[in-house]
Parts: sequence; C-alpha cells; structure tokens
Amino acid sequence: MKKERANIKTILAQGGARWDDKTGAVSMPVYQTSTFSHPALGQSTGFDYSRSGNPNRQVLEELMAGIEGGARGLAFASGMAAIDCLMRLFRPGDSIAVSEDPYGGTFRLLEKVYRPTGIDITYIDTSQLAHVERALQKDINAIIVESPTNPLQRIADIPGICGLAKAHGALVAVDNTFLTPYFQRPLELGADIVLYSATKYLSGHNDVLAGLMVTKDKDVGERLYSLQNSTGAVPGPWDCWLTLRGLKTLPLRLERQEQNAIKIARWLAAHRSVKKVHYPGLKGHPGHQLLAEQSTGFGAMISFEVEDPEMVRRMLSQVKLFLFAESLGGVESLITYPAVQTHADMDEEARERLGINDRLVRLSVGVEDVDDLIDDLTFAMGG
Amino acid sequence: MDYRTKILHTGKDRDPYTGASSIPIYQVSTFAQNDPVEFGQYEYGRGTNPTREALEHTIAALESGTSGFAFASGMAAISSVLLLFQSGDHIVVAEDVYGGTYRVLTTLFNRWGLKYTFVDMTDPQEIEAALLPETKAIFAETPSNPLLKITDLGAVVAIAQDRSLLTVIDNTFMSPYLQRPIENGFDIVIHSATKFLGGHSDLIAGLVVTKDEALGRRMQSIQISFGAILGPQDSWLLLRGIKTLSARMEAQQKGAEIIANWLADQPAVKAVHYPTLTSHPGREIHMRQASGAGAVVSFELQSGEAAKEVLRKAGLPLMAVSLGGVESILSYPATMSHAAMPRSERYARGITDGLVRLSVGLEDPTDLCEDLARAMEAGI
Repeated sequence: MKKERANIKTILAQGGARWDDKTGAVSMPVYQTSTFSHPALGQSTGFDYSRSGNPNRQVLEELMAGIEGGARGLAFASGMAAIDCLMRLFRPGDSIAVSEDPYGGTFRLLEKVYRPTGIDITYIDTSQLAHVERALQKDINAIIVESPTNPLQRIADIPGICGLAKAHGALVAVDNTFLTPYFQRPLELGADIVLYSATKYLSGHNDVLAGLMVTKDKDVGERLYSLQNSTGAVPGPWDCWLTLRGLKTLPLRLERQEQNAIKIARWLAAHRSVKKVHYPGLKGHPGHQLLAEQSTGFGAMISFEVEDPEMVRRMLSQVKLFLFAESLGGVESLITYPAVQTHADMDEEARERLGINDRLVRLSVGVEDVDDLIDDLTFAMGG
Repeated sequence: MDYRTKILHTGKDRDPYTGASSIPIYQVSTFAQNDPVEFGQYEYGRGTNPTREALEHTIAALESGTSGFAFASGMAAISSVLLLFQSGDHIVVAEDVYGGTYRVLTTLFNRWGLKYTFVDMTDPQEIEAALLPETKAIFAETPSNPLLKITDLGAVVAIAQDRSLLTVIDNTFMSPYLQRPIENGFDIVIHSATKFLGGHSDLIAGLVVTKDEALGRRMQSIQISFGAILGPQDSWLLLRGIKTLSARMEAQQKGAEIIANWLADQPAVKAVHYPTLTSHPGREIHMRQASGAGAVVSFELQSGEAAKEVLRKAGLPLMAVSLGGVESILSYPATMSHAAMPRSERYARGITDGLVRLSVGLEDPTDLCEDLARAMEAGI
C-alpha cells in the first residue's frame, strides 16, 4: 500500500530542493527582494511584494503546513510575533485561558499588551484536565497550551483538552516549541493551531530569529494571513532560507540532543546536590506516560532544582561548555536561570507558587559529546 | 540610454521567473538535471551560477565588452588573465602597477617562465623600446596607483595593433562609469570590484571583461579550470553595490576635487597628484579618454615622518588598505599597497616615504579638509 506521505525526515531533508525547476538549483535561491515586477497590467507571477509573499517564506510555510498536517503555514519575524498575530484574532470582551507557567515573553505580551485592551486572561494548570474543564465553564474563546511547559516540563493531555474545548466551541493553540513536529504534532492530536519559536529547535543553530504557525483550518489560516500581511511582522528571505536549511537536520539534531538529555537527566537525578529533576523522559516524571502516548520523544530540555541558591551562582560562573545564555534548542548547550532570565517578568509570588524559584536551573542540551557535558556539570557543581 | 540608466537596466537585472526586482541569491552548489545526456543550462556552481551570471552579464554590458567573468578577488582576476600566457611569453607592464600585481608577476608567474618588463607607460616610446619578439601583451593601469600617472590608451592600442599584441588594463580606479577602455580598443579590462564597483568595503571580488567572444571563451575555460570564482552571496552584494555606482562616483569625485584643490594650497604639501588639477602633466590625455578624475588623491609631505604623523592623527578617514568605499580611507603606500616592492624599486617609481593616498568617500569634503588640516598641523 502506498504511504499517504513520505516520512518527515525525507520531507525535511528535501525542503525547497525541487522548488526551482527553472535552473534545478538543489538549494533554493535566496529571494532577497522587496518587490516583483508584473508580466503585464492585471497580471502577477504569484508574487507581488515581499510582505505579502516571498518565495523563501512560501516554501518554509508550505513545508511546515505539510509536516504538521495543516492547511496553512505562516512565518513570522520572531516567536513572539507569531503569538502576537494569534492574539489579534481576539477582541475586547473575549476570554483566553493560558498554561500557568508559559514562556516569560508570552506572559509579558498577554499582561502588558493584551490585558489592557480588555481581553480577559486566565492562567490555568493545563496538566490538569479538571482545571481546563472548570475554565471552559466561563465561556472561554481559546486556550493556549504549552506542553511540556517552560521551564517545569508539565505535560498537558492535548487530545483531552481538545475534546473538551471542541464541546465548548473554544479554539486550542499549542506552543510546540519544545518538542517540534518531529516528536509531537498537535494538529493530529486535535488542536486548531500550532505555534513555534522557530529560533529554537526548528532553525537549531542559534543564528536566526523566527516564528511559525500552522492552522488546521483553511479559513482560520486566511484570517491569520490577512493579519500577517496587515501588520507585517514577517521574517526576511535570508532568515527563511536559514530556517529551511536548519530544518533539514532537525531529526538528526533532536535525536542526538534527546539521547544526551536522557543521560544527563539520569545523572542529575542521582546527584547528591540535586533536589528535583524535571524531565519528562524520566520514568518518575508525572507526565511521562501521558507524553509517551502523544509524542514520539521527550525532547532535550531539562530543568532541575538544587539545594542551595549559591550552587546556582557557582554553576553559572564555572561552566565551560554550557553557554550561560537565554534561548534554547540550538546545537550548542545552554544553561539558563529562569527566575532572573526567562521569567523575570513574572511576579515573585507566582514564580514561587509554580516552583520557578532561585534554586531552579534550566538546561538546553546540545549535540556535544554527552560525557564532556557531564564532566562540565560535575566540575561546575563542585566535583 | 544614459549610462546612469544603463547601470540599472542591463537586461539581466531582474529574475525572469518570478519578476523579483533583485536577482535571487542562488546559494547552491549543484543543479538537478532532467536527462543523463542533455544537461540543462546550469550544472555545477563553479561553471555557472545564475546570480554570478547576472553580475557577469552586467559588467560586460557596462564595460561595452562581450563576456564578463567574476572572480574571488581582484588578484584572482589578474592571475586568471595572466594564465592566458605561457612559458617564454613576455609582457610589458606599467611600472607603477598595483603592488599585488607586481608581486604575482615577480614571485609566482616568473617561476613558470612568464617574462616581464616594467616601463613608464606615460611615455609610448618606452613601451616600444621594451618590446621583444616574444612579447604577447601590454598591461596598463591608468590612472596609476598611487601616483595617478596617465597612460594614453589610444597610443597603447596603436602600438599593440601593429604587432597583434593583447592589451590588458586594470580599470579599478575609474570604474566603467568614468572610463571604458574597450571603447578605446583594449582587449581585456580587469577590476578589483572590491573597490568602487562594490563600493561599501564589505566584499572581496574581481571582474574581467573581454572585448571579443573568442577571448571570452578562453577566459571561461580558465575560470572553470582554475575555479577562483565569486560566490553567490558576494555576487549579489556586488550587483547591489553597482546599482549606486553613478551616484557614489559622482559624489566621491566631487569631494576629491575639493580636497585635491585644498591640498594644493597647503604649505605642508609638496605635491598633489590628481588627474584634473591644472598642474597634472597627464590632464589633457586623461580628459580625452575618461569623463572624470575619480576619487583617489595622493599627496606628498616633506618626509616619511610627516606622512606617518598625518596618518596617525587623522580622525575621520579610516587608516586602512583598500579604497573605493563609501568611507574615506587614508593609506600609506610605502607599508601597505607597495610593501611588496623593494625600497629602491619603489623610489625609482616616485613612491616615496612621504607619499599618502586618500580614497575619498561620501563624507562632507569640508569635514575631511578640516580633519586633514588638524592632522597636518600636528605633524609640523
């Protein structure tokens, strides 16, 4: 029997490769152009102006829509620009529920930009279906889910949430940045929209800022396209080209990064100075089984809590291989201090309640040799 | 069509497939084929690349030639042209040719038996006197670097035609906007496109244009075999730079004229070399064969110490090798462009320790004069 579509690895490896049938160029050209001339009055080559459409962006958008099983892909200048575009679907009086420990930038956008416009925002524990159901009783327009959450790696039951939301007529958008379509495809699990900071795993080299969004439904896609074209937060051709180039090695990178992460998580779990390890690939993680059912991998993000905040300071100053930087998902391993970096905009009480305290450290595990990475942590944590 | 228009509309300045107003950057090594025998227009990026091709077409059109070639640097272009010759051949070369050309001739091509004689090309009799039975070409540069001496293009062509010699010229200082030697009868024009053609001090590139197609086919074979080609990103940036060539050249030349005249009035300055100054011996010839004097000025101070002091104290121009960018660059030929030349050779050519070269950029000329005045005061 003929397969419905090629394996995601095949599709990704050949992204853009057959686009240019005029020259046969295996790597598609970078259309570094603002505008397109018309063959004649009233005619178009399909491209008119690069904000509305550019070949590099189109190939990236279509590739993403294809692998997610969606109707429309949309690329943005950053992950935040993608979430911002999503939020523009709503209007004053609308009500949105959001995973309670979202990415700090999402939290800031919702609190500083959208709450003042009169959109009601409620934070809920999306790893508890009961909390989702309770929120839905209040006539919610949409739920924005992050799973695993950042940085605490809580897992949401995506099919369960989508089932409940559908019954209440609410839209479900999933920020799938941590797992990527290689491991988890939320649209296939019932979500309406999947969102990415493509700056992270999708481009994967810490060299591009980009956001991506795919909608299951064509009409929702058209509404979002109209917003994208109107507000214009599009990525340039070069960034689209680099993202497409990065996507070709997504499966390779994620497999290696995940293998490294599993080994590091196990090592951390056995370390005497470590109080708690949050990694869904560990059997003891509360979302382990649930994630195994809806995803083919556990990702390469780990957060862990040490006994003493002084230990965090020591680690950040002593690591030699892990780069002390914000962001994640690149080939280079990064170490982040969520309380002062990614979640600085969240008030202290909320942070403490969630567990994003001054003893929590987040690792984005790269593709380096895992024993080197463990040696680096061993040294930084005091031997 | 006015030349300023031609710069923007050479026929291959947009993408024929999508209409993109800027040629796409074909960042690609190979091209998939439809047939194992009949290949498409593009096969492998060393041979042809659509972005590089657009650039090559553009420079050929701008220099009034038939074939254009883009190389990884000006020196790659010059070296590729020198590969037209063989062991035992002899070429006559302008004595104050660019230092890199001097080096490649005297340290690399000489090992393979390419012979050369350096002459003062401002005097056609010196060219005649240097000709040997095995002479195959005359290699000119006008205005010369750094003394801006003028060679009579028509006189060189006349000598060459009598003996079927190839005429080659490095046209970097003028760019095709000011001087098009193929229209004077030259066979090959070379550019360090890093300079005025690129114009933004952000890329390294060389270009070659041939007058006729047969010579173009020989150059193409060298380009493919030797492979010192220009990459797609640099080709694209260079095309982008060329779009403003006329605007940049006009503004930079205007600034250079003001500064050259101002320098001529300064007591600390012994001599100013700029082709349109009334004192310049090559003025009349230059104005016959070029439409302007360009944006490079060189001037001589009382001593090497005074020159070095000006270089150290000048605040606005960048002290650097290279020229032709939007930023003014002050350089010291003795230790920079002509460092490869022995001191005695250098002095014989008039490139003294007191000589300073200024490539005038887009800054306000008054600001540059004031800056130089301060630097020269400090040097006295």
